[in-house]
Amino acid sequence: MAAQTRPKKPIRWHIGVFLAPAVLVYTAIMILPLFGTLQLSLFRNIEQSQVFVGFSNFRTLFGDPNWSVNFWNALRNNVWFFIIHMLVQNPIGILLAALLSSPRLRFAAFYRTAIFVPTILSFVIVGFAWKLILSPIWGVAPHLLDFVGLKSFFTPWLGKEQYALTALSLVSVWQFVGIPMMLIYAALLSIPDEVIEAAECDGVTGMAQFWKIKLPLILPSIGIISILTFVGNFNAFDLIYTAQGALAGPNYSTDILGTFLYRAFFGFQLQVGDPNMGAAIATIMFLIILAGVCVYLFLVQTRLRRYQF
Amino acid sequence: MSLATRSLPRTLGAHAVLLTYTVIALFPVILVIVNSFKSRAGIFGAPLTPPTPKTFDLVGYATVFGQGDFLHYFQNSLVVTVASLFFVLLFGAMAGFALSEYRFRGNTMMGLYLALGIMIPIRLGTVAILQLMVASGLVNTLTALILVYTAQGLPLAIFILSEFMKQVSDDLKNAGRIDGLSEYTIFFRLVLPLVRPSMATVAVFTMIPIWNDLWFPLILAPSEETKTVTLGAQLFLGQFVTNWNAILAALSLAILPVLILYVIFSRQLIRGITSGAVK
Repeated sequence: MAAQTRPKKPIRWHIGVFLAPAVLVYTAIMILPLFGTLQLSLFRNIEQSQVFVGFSNFRTLFGDPNWSVNFWNALRNNVWFFIIHMLVQNPIGILLAALLSSPRLRFAAFYRTAIFVPTILSFVIVGFAWKLILSPIWGVAPHLLDFVGLKSFFTPWLGKEQYALTALSLVSVWQFVGIPMMLIYAALLSIPDEVIEAAECDGVTGMAQFWKIKLPLILPSIGIISILTFVGNFNAFDLIYTAQGALAGPNYSTDILGTFLYRAFFGFQLQVGDPNMGAAIATIMFLIILAGVCVYLFLVQTRLRRYQF
Repeated sequence: MSLATRSLPRTLGAHAVLLTYTVIALFPVILVIVNSFKSRAGIFGAPLTPPTPKTFDLVGYATVFGQGDFLHYFQNSLVVTVASLFFVLLFGAMAGFALSEYRFRGNTMMGLYLALGIMIPIRLGTVAILQLMVASGLVNTLTALILVYTAQGLPLAIFILSEFMKQVSDDLKNAGRIDGLSEYTIFFRLVLPLVRPSMATVAVFTMIPIWNDLWFPLILAPSEETKTVTLGAQLFLGQFVTNWNAILAALSLAILPVLILYVIFSRQLIRGITSGAVK
């Protein structure tokens, strides 16, 4: 290490110079506003000045039916959004990664590149493209369903309260399946050949090999994709906003915490924007995400056995 | 590998599943691009066929270029993305170097502090960020976006780059020190060129969310002058809900630059992911 090989200098200024720009920008634009937002949630604008009101904003959020109905609705929707991602996106991602990593598979690079394409597109493109495809006016979706004889199955999913959220979650799954696929693929590639060969000598092949040998070895990566999905989902906004607008229609059925925060903060139609209530909602989102990250760091990660090769 | 893992039905099965999913992944994108070159009758009459001489029509593109100031939005996005990327890479590499190279009191704490932002999204601070930008007069400027995206990209960049900088040989740096190079010269002339591949990986990871972001342009810089391409497309699409030619053309125009960049850099990106940069 540098410090031991050289004579000790009183102050090593260069360390400060190297760290300062990053630390300054990061602190000023990210950390301070984060705490500023937490703090704002405890204030209220009364007669043009910010007055400390304790937890009164949170009491409004949970107690006042004008707010609490929307809040619980958004939270419930957000949980469902997350459940769909965990049940559909991650298993599909793992399956694709397992297939991709099979030895000497041809065209693996092509599949990898193609399946990752939706992930690099912006939500605006994805939201609108799917809105068009699922639209009964264009008729692409019923036309395609007709090929497999399921035409009667079609309804305007995005327009129906009971289906809209699930349909949008699946669109989001379609967009992001590339991320778990890539991370699991990387984990599978890092399993050394000796382990696989040893398993084959013991007669463990095919599906049994995947379940008994590979899956336990990639559990840490599955933990990481789960927490990434959790943070991403409870912070989501763009897709719903592009596909359904800030009102998250039909009748708030696709409202999630991100869109709820946006409406509270900026106001929409008759509702006036309220930065303090916005800050209160952001604080709740912060606590939810923090709780998720803590569960991951302290309960999941420490219990997963890691193997060093 | 034994023959057991390469049996024919198994390989065919794998190809069938992967091919099916590839079709699912690409179909919507191709559908939008193909139909953007058709007349209205073509779009609705035969959405699944490629444009024929009869249905070929560029009226959608004419509308887009006539109405929206897309070239200007495109330029804004480019300025914001390139500037943020430059600062993320420069500041991120400098901080990553300090954390990986020197032992000093608070090194671990500093690393943890900077890594906090990987898990906690910057969006949650939006209310106070907007106040800060209003107070400093930066609302509706590209500077505001550049600052926010720099802060957003730094945590992951520092984390990944410091991992890579640990692998740069100590002997090389010490040889430089014996030759009397300053710490700054060692960083800029010896270490930076060696970590260039990992810088490219970080660049791709940083670039995609910045280019695609809708939230901060919508909140911090919604004016006509500072609209990014993502926000411009969003508003344009909202205005032209019934003009399908224009919508499909605008979507295609938004897809194509990203798609071209992706095809060029996909090797780099995928190598970055699979080399364990984000494990």
